[in-house]
Amino acid sequence: MNDPNMEDPETWLDHHGSALYRFALLRLRDAQKAEEVVQDTLVSALQARARFNGGASVRTWLIGILKHKIMDLFRREAREAPLESPDLVSADDELFAEEDFFDSKGSWREKVSDWGNPEDSLERSQLIAILQRCLDALPNRLGRLFMMREVMEESTETICQEMEISPTNVWTMLYRARMGLRQCLDQNGAGRARN
Amino acid sequence: MLTCKDASHLVSHGQDRALSFRERWGLRFHLWMCGNCRRFERQIALMRRLLRQSDQRAETEVADHALSAEARERISQALAEQQSHRSKPSA
Repeated sequence: MNDPNMEDPETWLDHHGSALYRFALLRLRDAQKAEEVVQDTLVSALQARARFNGGASVRTWLIGILKHKIMDLFRREAREAPLESPDLVSADDELFAEEDFFDSKGSWREKVSDWGNPEDSLERSQLIAILQRCLDALPNRLGRLFMMREVMEESTETICQEMEISPTNVWTMLYRARMGLRQCLDQNGAGRARN
Repeated sequence: MLTCKDASHLVSHGQDRALSFRERWGLRFHLWMCGNCRRFERQIALMRRLLRQSDQRAETEVADHALSAEARERISQALAEQQSHRSKPSA
């Protein structure tokens, strides 16, 4: 190896394969896609290893490449999925109607429960697990969009470009995703102990 | 006066864009008065914290998931192919 700090690429799969896979699985929620994207990442890394500057750890470097690959996949899927309607917001109307949450005066129909601020890591892990299941249950496009924003931490601007939708649409969709997730989390036990 | 519905939109939008001066103060005032919306705001903030943490949590949360032997084999082959392309560019 030219770079003494560089691990032998032969060991990447053994050392990082499963970590990359878990990272991808959490975001893609699909084992086959996760495997493919890991393969893609390692092959790209091999081609690009001359550009690895040794500053970061190999793991961090590989995760960086993986993130790009996952975003590529999101983007491709967004392009391939034909827009049934130019107004994406109406495509997930079955998720909920605002009247489910608010009365005609715009007040909450039901008391909003206190989820507290769980510090306990077990409690947090449980909440994350519920959150993931709730994310899976969101309409596909909404779930992807929410994932881009909250897990990949992309800016609204980037999401607008990637998904070719207007900022207003993105904000509305994110609102819908959050309302849906909040309800799902609430129904599945967040803060149950407290209320 | 903002309704709870308006406030819920602003809480969400506040996560994605800068609120205007007017929106910010309207929301602040509403939250000061409204326990439901205060709890709502905390719920939304917690969801974000949990999701942004899931990077570090990935290890424990899907700890029982690993690349299958078949996937490992496939990837290993793809890497080997890539390697041989590099060493024998004319091949």
